[in-house]
Amino acid sequence: MKHILGPGIRLAVLALLVAFLVTPESFAGWLAPLTKPGQPAIYMQNSLLDLAVSHIEIVLAATIASTIVAVGLAILVTRPSGREFLPLSRSLANIGQTFPPVAVLAIAVPLLGFGTQPTLIALFLYGLLPIFENALTGLTTLPPDVTDAALGVGMTGRQRLVQVELPLALPVILAGIRLSVVVSVATATIGSTVAAHTLGEVIIAGLTTDNTAWVLQGGLIVAVVAVLIYDGLSAIERAITARRSGRTQTT
Amino acid sequence: MIEIDDLTKVYDGTTVVDNVSLKVDEGEIAVIVGTSGSGKTTLLRMINRLIEPTAGRVRLNGLDTRDTPPYELRRRIGYAIQANGLFPHRTVAQNIGTVPQLLGWQRSKIDSRVDELLSLFQLEPGQFRNRMPAELSGGQQQRVGVARALAAAPKVLLMDEPYGALDPIIRAKAQDDLLTIQKQFKTTVVLVTHDMEEAIRLGDRIAVMDQGKLLQYATPEEIIAHPATPFVDELIGTGERPFRLLSLSTVGEIAHQGEAEGEPVAAAMSLRDAYAECLWSRRQTLPVADPSGTIIGMVTLRDLEQRAARPA
Repeated sequence: MKHILGPGIRLAVLALLVAFLVTPESFAGWLAPLTKPGQPAIYMQNSLLDLAVSHIEIVLAATIASTIVAVGLAILVTRPSGREFLPLSRSLANIGQTFPPVAVLAIAVPLLGFGTQPTLIALFLYGLLPIFENALTGLTTLPPDVTDAALGVGMTGRQRLVQVELPLALPVILAGIRLSVVVSVATATIGSTVAAHTLGEVIIAGLTTDNTAWVLQGGLIVAVVAVLIYDGLSAIERAITARRSGRTQTT
Repeated sequence: MIEIDDLTKVYDGTTVVDNVSLKVDEGEIAVIVGTSGSGKTTLLRMINRLIEPTAGRVRLNGLDTRDTPPYELRRRIGYAIQANGLFPHRTVAQNIGTVPQLLGWQRSKIDSRVDELLSLFQLEPGQFRNRMPAELSGGQQQRVGVARALAAAPKVLLMDEPYGALDPIIRAKAQDDLLTIQKQFKTTVVLVTHDMEEAIRLGDRIAVMDQGKLLQYATPEEIIAHPATPFVDELIGTGERPFRLLSLSTVGEIAHQGEAEGEPVAAAMSLRDAYAECLWSRRQTLPVADPSGTIIGMVTLRDLEQRAARPA
């Protein structure tokens, strides 16, 4: 995985994001040229910081749930006893991905009502496939010599899983989580259409009142959050891989 | 002691190992040699139940291996493979300490055992303990692989083409190390190879396999002098026979009284190398020196020629 940001730029971008979320008014001058006369440049109905925190919380909760279910499923279907369920689980996860998140929201709202829950479920279902696929790849492409050695030294099935298979598959699983998180950060914006407390609110408010400054600030915050998370997780993957190849230096 | 009785493995109607019986005495090195597809690796892997036999049984010190759960059995049997199969995410020390850790040894006992083994394999503990496998050369990885196999002091060590990936010089060194360590610990070793030279060098007994069948199981001398089938003969290499025979003994074993000219040869030198030395330096006789440099006698070209001839 490539670096997208150097460490210096990464910190600068993070500092800028935090500054914007904490004191959006100080950036009003920059955004004012995008507004029509009389329109406020900064979205003030809800605090941007609260919205961003809630946005990230929803994504985090959904991703944790997807990770537990997807990795758990991948472990189950790669055990000798669960191997026959491999095709079935794959098509189930695929169906989760084929369903447009908007459709999931549309179905979930009548059942669960407006609010955060339908969004959580949509993100959860949407996040499953990349993590599952990657976990499956990671667990089925382990070096045969190493798995043979794990058997040969007398590890039990559980010991092989915990001490060898999962640690070796970890970078690939993390890559799946990273994909899933980034997609979720973007997808969570549409949760605002069913009254979830996310940054989508800013974008939608901007679109309905024809305020380009709001659309831009909502969109930019979402984009920067996604990029920073992507970059942070890539850095962790690199650190693990570097440790294994013996290079202790990490960026 | 390992006793293999009528062991058979059938995969989808194909017999891979066909009714093989052999016995390896305690402290002996048995080398299973054969071409690829001969069933030699399958035979080896049935000893620690990485492969379950279709028929027959294996006994370790008289006990049927089927009476022990596979993972417990394997913790008592050292296992080293060609590419060494080191765990890439664990340090050298963690790799070597794998089986002791599985057996629940105390931390301090594992640490001292790891250092002991590192020293034994000429890997300075302070320098190598915390390295990752990827930071080692092929020869070092191979040594760590064998050290891991020996960590819990198993009575039996299984090796599957352990030196296949090493260059000839490092391989010869690794073979010498194995012989030294095996003598020290009196480990019973079963080693699989396709290289007859390696088999003759290491084996107290050699099992020649072809198409799942055990063709001959005998000492190297016997295999060379009286190959059971044309295939065994072919594997030895007809033109190589006298030299293989010479490679089995050292000049120290046949040195006798007498004065000889020129540079002495070491008592540990194989007769084969001594023969080469005679030819190369145009000498009929070679003085033999012990490790301290004292001349203990001599060997003659005639002695060597006699030892190279087919035994009666």
